[in-house]
Amino acid sequence: MKIIVCVKQVPDTSGKVAVNPDGTLNRASMAAITNPDDLNAVEAALTLKEQTGAEVVIVSMGPPPAEAMLREVMARGADRAVLVSAREFGGSDTYATSQILAAAINKIGIEDEDIVMCGRQAIDGDTAQVGPQIAEKLGLPQVSYAADIKKDGNTLTIKRMLEDGYMTIKVKTPCLITCIKELNEPRYMSVGGIFECYEKPFEILDYNALKDDPLIDATTIGLKGSPTNIFKSFTPPQKGVGMMMEGADKDTCDKLAGMLAAKHLI
Amino acid sequence: MDFHLSKEQEMVRKMYREFAENEVKPLAEELDEEERFPYETVEKMGKLGMMGIYFPKKYGGAGGDVLSYAMCVEELSKVCGTTGVVVSAHTSLCCAPIYEHGTEEQKMKYLPDLLSGKKIGAFGLTEPNAGTDASGQQTVAVLEGDHYVLNGSKCFITNGNVADTFVVFAMTDPKAGNHGISAFIVEKSFPGFSTGKHEKKMGIRGSSTCDLIFEDCIVPKENLLGQEGKGFKIAMMTLDGGRIGIAAQALGLGEGAVEEAIKYTQERVQFKKRLSQFQNTQFQIADMHTRMQAAQFLVYNAAMKKENHEPYSMDAAMAKLFAAEAASDVTRRAVQLFGGYGYTREYPVERMMRDAKITEIYEGTSEVQRMVISSHLGVK
Repeated sequence: MKIIVCVKQVPDTSGKVAVNPDGTLNRASMAAITNPDDLNAVEAALTLKEQTGAEVVIVSMGPPPAEAMLREVMARGADRAVLVSAREFGGSDTYATSQILAAAINKIGIEDEDIVMCGRQAIDGDTAQVGPQIAEKLGLPQVSYAADIKKDGNTLTIKRMLEDGYMTIKVKTPCLITCIKELNEPRYMSVGGIFECYEKPFEILDYNALKDDPLIDATTIGLKGSPTNIFKSFTPPQKGVGMMMEGADKDTCDKLAGMLAAKHLI
Repeated sequence: MDFHLSKEQEMVRKMYREFAENEVKPLAEELDEEERFPYETVEKMGKLGMMGIYFPKKYGGAGGDVLSYAMCVEELSKVCGTTGVVVSAHTSLCCAPIYEHGTEEQKMKYLPDLLSGKKIGAFGLTEPNAGTDASGQQTVAVLEGDHYVLNGSKCFITNGNVADTFVVFAMTDPKAGNHGISAFIVEKSFPGFSTGKHEKKMGIRGSSTCDLIFEDCIVPKENLLGQEGKGFKIAMMTLDGGRIGIAAQALGLGEGAVEEAIKYTQERVQFKKRLSQFQNTQFQIADMHTRMQAAQFLVYNAAMKKENHEPYSMDAAMAKLFAAEAASDVTRRAVQLFGGYGYTREYPVERMMRDAKITEIYEGTSEVQRMVISSHLGVK
């Protein structure tokens, strides 16, 4: 059994977001981190590894420096990593990216007991599309927004967290799961893991390695194969701090209702 | 000297920083205020390999190197001097002598639990009448059949009340002076062993410091560490390594104070200017950072020499001497830059100043370091 986890290196948007004149993100001026939701997927995979002995394989599409991020994920406990990297893949939107990642996962191989895991969404694009699109292209059942995962044989019981409640569903492997931060607390890299991570298997899949997959052709990958065009991007103005009121007594409630009424909100 | 960090060392420093920021910093004030030992942090550090960084995986260590260990103590001490010394004393003073001088049986018996943090280690050399003059040991060990009987006491023992495993020194031949001292591995459960009261200290208040008492304490013969009569040499070699840990603790404390001072002086406004805009502040911080940077070079140099099995006794002494005095000076200056607020417990710099002082005293005072350095230079 193996668990393939898709991770993405993203600019750290917790600080100031830098945007190029053409509207794309100025990645060079921002620190690169592992996408936070992806670390929840990694943690879920490592937890299942501890329970079942599964092999955890990390996959990322990105430029060669993304190797450093993959090594860090191996320092947390993943067994091996695959970097999907080629000039031809550059400029891909979510459609093209999922096309390429699906081809990479085909190359790694999906067997009956296997699971693919992704973070819900990346903090740079915020689309939450790549995971579900990979599932569609691989013909796998998908469960998104996983807040709890339990495994019994080849059946997974997954609690999905939706805006207005939870939905629990059962799914058989092979399948794809997208994970949210409520699922777990990602572990730290360990000292032992760090001193082992450069000895673990690391493979690069380039265009030649994937070109024979039916999913890969010039019209479905890279900038040319991407139907998305960025019309405009901008940094939204910061919201004000707002006003905090504490208390559950009638006076506080009256005061709050009065303020909302004064603004014609109620 | 090559101070280029390897990819693994860069990565491990990043991990220590994240850990220190998220797990250690939030507890620092409480540990100091309540004089509470950070058991929960030790458990987490054990799982992450931080309690056995530079020891081989064969014994349950993390397979890292001495510089990665020094960086760990440094990063922890930037936010909490107590947590820094817990790791330092455990690693340098207990795990290291067992690893370096123990038999294969002793290593296999004691190291896995120590290096994984399941058990905490400590070191018992200092006595009420044998401080800097460590050769004046009054604790005695008498061989009786298959065991030694220890009588005497130790004081100021770091991790004393929380440790399970101790490396303890005692006289097996009182007439032989230094050559009559032997080292033992003592478990807290051995009959006749007990610990005394917790010392109330100026700084590192969350760290456990207490007396060890031996009243006809039975130590199995196989727990003799190294050969009989070689204990003083083991103690001195152990302290050479320990000085790297304490130097790293001092380094972290000073660096932490510089970080706090930079942050504060960029926020605090007086005379309609940020403090950082005054030349006095700029010069102070430049001097503080320069001192800590120099300390870092000395500490890393000593750590790399130990890692490479080069003689490092003088380097460790210089690192500890310089880093400890720099930390005391820099933390005191940080308090001054904070003014009245710096003197309150609302900000961490007064704690750092109190914590820094001990680095000039324990594991060899600054005066002892000067004796070691001048002796290496042939100035006797």
